[in-house]
Amino acid sequence: MIIKTTMTATATAILLAMSSMAMADSHVMAGDVLAPADMQTFVSRELDEFPSIDPSLIQDVAGNDVARQLFEGLMNQDADGNLVPGVATGYDVSDDKMTYTFHLRPEAKWSNGEPVKASDFVFAWKRAANPETASEYSWYISLMSIANADAVIAGEKPLDDLGVAAPDDATFVVTLSQPLPYFPQMVVNAVTFPLPEATVTSLGDAWTQPGNMVSNGAYKLTERVQQEKLVMERNDQYWDNANTIINKVTYLIINDENQGLTRYLAGEVDKTEIPTGQYPRLHEEYPTQAQSFPLLCSYYYAINMSDTGPEAFKDVRVRQALSLAVDRDIIVDNVLQGGQKPAYTFTHWATAGFETPDVPAASMTQDERNAKAVELMTEAGYGPDNPLTVDLLYNTSDAHKSIAVAISQMWKQTLGITTNLANEEWQTFLDDRGNQRYQIARAGWCGDYNEASTFTDLMTSTSGYNDSKYSNPEVDAAAADAKTSDNPQADYTKIEQIIAVDTPIIPIYHYASVKMLNDHIRNWPVNNVQQNYYVKDLYKVE
Amino acid sequence: MFSYIVRRLAVAIPTILILVIISFALMFAAPGGPFNSERPLPPQVLANISAKYGLDQPYWRQITTYIWNIVAHFDFGPSFKYKDRSVADIIKSGFPVTLTYGFWSFVIAVIVGVALGVVAAIRQNTWIDYFAVGTSVAAQALPNFVMAPMLVLLFTLWLGWLPGGGWNGGQWQYLVMPVIALSTSYMASIARIMRSSMLEVMNAGFIRTARAKGLPMNRIIWKHALKPAMLPVLSYLGPAFVGMITGSVVVDVYFSTGGIGLYFVNSAFNRDYSVMMGITILVGVLTILFNLVVDILYAWIDPKIRY
Repeated sequence: MIIKTTMTATATAILLAMSSMAMADSHVMAGDVLAPADMQTFVSRELDEFPSIDPSLIQDVAGNDVARQLFEGLMNQDADGNLVPGVATGYDVSDDKMTYTFHLRPEAKWSNGEPVKASDFVFAWKRAANPETASEYSWYISLMSIANADAVIAGEKPLDDLGVAAPDDATFVVTLSQPLPYFPQMVVNAVTFPLPEATVTSLGDAWTQPGNMVSNGAYKLTERVQQEKLVMERNDQYWDNANTIINKVTYLIINDENQGLTRYLAGEVDKTEIPTGQYPRLHEEYPTQAQSFPLLCSYYYAINMSDTGPEAFKDVRVRQALSLAVDRDIIVDNVLQGGQKPAYTFTHWATAGFETPDVPAASMTQDERNAKAVELMTEAGYGPDNPLTVDLLYNTSDAHKSIAVAISQMWKQTLGITTNLANEEWQTFLDDRGNQRYQIARAGWCGDYNEASTFTDLMTSTSGYNDSKYSNPEVDAAAADAKTSDNPQADYTKIEQIIAVDTPIIPIYHYASVKMLNDHIRNWPVNNVQQNYYVKDLYKVE
Repeated sequence: MFSYIVRRLAVAIPTILILVIISFALMFAAPGGPFNSERPLPPQVLANISAKYGLDQPYWRQITTYIWNIVAHFDFGPSFKYKDRSVADIIKSGFPVTLTYGFWSFVIAVIVGVALGVVAAIRQNTWIDYFAVGTSVAAQALPNFVMAPMLVLLFTLWLGWLPGGGWNGGQWQYLVMPVIALSTSYMASIARIMRSSMLEVMNAGFIRTARAKGLPMNRIIWKHALKPAMLPVLSYLGPAFVGMITGSVVVDVYFSTGGIGLYFVNSAFNRDYSVMMGITILVGVLTILFNLVVDILYAWIDPKIRY
C-alpha cells in the first residue's frame, strides 16, 4: 500500500515535471529533467537584513538581487550579462546619441492586473531624483547623465525638468545631457525599475510591506520577517509567467558566513558565499558545488598623494617600488585561494568590451619586479641607511588583515620597509580615508555597470572616490573623451598605462564570487561578471 | 513601601534623561555617520538626506526634538539604515523574540543553576560537588560564540534533529539551541553564587540550632536555608534577567532569530542613531525596573530589610 502510494506520487511528479517542461521549454536545456514542482524553490543566504526593498532607495547588491525578482526594468541581462528585452522590447537611439526611446511591451502587467505604462517609469525616475525622497542612490540618476539630473536633485529645478517623458503608454523617452555609450547597460539597476504610482502615493513608506506591495516582476512579495527571511512567490500576472519554473524564492538572513555554510551543507539553503580560505577544501570535497566566478570588483591599496601624506610618497619611484614588491600571486594563491586573479591594472579583467592593457609589471617575473623595486628605492635614497616606515590602514576584517600582513612582510623582505598596521571599524575607517588621514589604505571598488569607465573614472581628479587625491590632466582628458568616443578602449588603455606609471594606487587582485551553489540548479549566470541573476531564468533538475 | 516605590520611580526619570544625553553625546563623538559609505555622497544628495532626518539641525535642537517626540508622541523616529521601518517597528518585531528566548533561558538558568549550587553545597567535597563545580566552570569558560556553532554542527548537520536557525514564530524546535547557548553561562554563574552562599548559610548558627532540634535535612534546606541563601543570587538575577530578555548578539547572529540583540550592536556600527537610542532607552528602562523589582523581593525574603 505504502509502496503504491509512493509510486503514484512519483508518477504524478514526473507527469507534472513533464507538463511544466513542455510549458517552459524556452530556457530548459535539452536532456534536462525538471525536478517536481514542489522542489522548484530557490533559497539564498544573505549576509544582513536588506536596508530597503524600495527600488528608489536600494543601494546595495543584495537589495538589487531582491528587486530584480520582484520588479522588471526596461532591459534584463542574460546568463552572459548581455542585454535582453525586459519590459521594453527594444530601444532606438537618436543620431546625436542623446535621446533613447524605449518601446514597452503592451502585455506587461503589475501584480494587481494593471498594465505597466511608460508613466510608471517616469514616476519612478522622478521619485529617485526627488530631493524629498532623499535617496542615497539619486547620484545614479546623475551618473546616467539624464538631462537636468543634478539641478533636480539639488532642488534647483522642478521635478518635471528631468529628462524623462512618456509620450504614450508604450513609449518611454530619456534625454541625456551628454552622449553616454553605455547608457543602456545602466538600466538594469533597481533604481531604474518602474513603480506602481497609485500604491506608492497612497501607502507612503508602507507600500513595500507584504500585502501592500504591487510589483511587475516574475515574483511577488509574500512574507518578510526582520533579520530572518524574505519570501516571494510567483506573480501570475507576470507577462512571461508561463516560462517561469521556480515557484518560490526565499532569502534567509544568516549573518555569519560559516553558519551559512553549515546550513548549506544541512540542505537548508541553495546558495551561500564561501568563507575566505575554505574554497580549496570545499572544491575538493564538493567539486560540482563549490564554484568561483569572476566578479566585477577590484581590490587595491590607495596611496595618499595629498599634502597630508608622507613626503616619500611624492616620489613616483617610491610608489612604483611599493607596487612592484607586492607578490600578487602569493596573495591570490596562498591567502585568498578562491580563484581571484592578480591585478596589475585597475579595471577588472572580465569587464565587458574591455581588453586588459599591457603594462610592464604584468609580464615580469616576481624576481625581476623585486630587483626593479630595490633599484628604484635606492635611486630615491632609501635603503638600509635610510629605512622607510609606512602606515597601512585597513577596515577591521580577518581577510584584510591576512593580506595586509602578507604585504607588509613582502615590503620588509624586499625593500626593508617597516610597516605599521592599523585597523579601524568601518565608519571610522571611511572617515579617515575619505579625509586623507592615512598613508596607505585598503580599498575595493565594484563596478556600477559593466563597462570600464566605472573603474577608470575613479582616477580622475574630480572623482569623489579618488582618495589618493591623484590628479593628472591627461587622465582627465582621456576619461572625458571615452564618454563620447566610438572606440573608448584606446582611452582606457591610455588611462591604465598612465596610472601604472604614476602609481596612485596599488592594484592587488580582481575579485571572484566564490560560492556554494546547489548542483541541481541550472542556468546560473556563470559568465555574468556582475552576478546579476534572475530567478525566473533558473530551474532545478532531478 | 509604596512611598519607596514612588520615590524610586521619580529618581528613574532623571536617570533616563542623563542616559539619553550621554548616549547622544557619545554617538555624535564617534566618527562617521549613518550616511557615510564607501562611496561618498555628492553634497547635494547628502544635504537632502540630512534635511529629511533632521541631521542638519544643531545638536541641542536634535536632542530636544528627540526627547519631545518621545514624551509627547511616544515616537522614537525612523531607522536611518532600514528605510522602510521605524525604531518602534524594529523593537515591536524584535523584542518579543528576545523576550521569548530570554525568558526561557532565564527559567532554565535559574532552575538548573540553583539546583546545581544547592546540591554541590550540601554534598560538599564529594564527586557530586566536583561534577557540579566542574560543569559550571566549563560552561562559563566556553564562550557562547564557540558553543553556538558547535550546537548547530551537532544538532543540525550531524544529527539532523533541529533546524539550523530562524525563528518561525518561536516554535520550540527553533528555541532549543538559542536557549542552550544563552542560558549556560548564566546558569554557571548562578550555580557558583548559590553554592558559596549556601555553604555560608549551612554553617550559620540558626541552621546548627535547627539541626540540634533534630529537624530532618530536607526541611532544614527547604524551610530555613534556601531563602536566605537566595539573597546574593537575587541581586545577580535582576541585571541577568534584563541581559537575557534584551537578547544576545551572538544568539541573533548564529541562529538568525531576528531579536534586538543584533540591532544593539549593528546600530552602533551603522551609526543608526535612532535605533541605537531606542534600544538604549529600552534596556535602560528595563534595568531600572528590574533593579526595583529585586529590591522589593529583598524585603520580602529578608525581614530585616525595610524601606
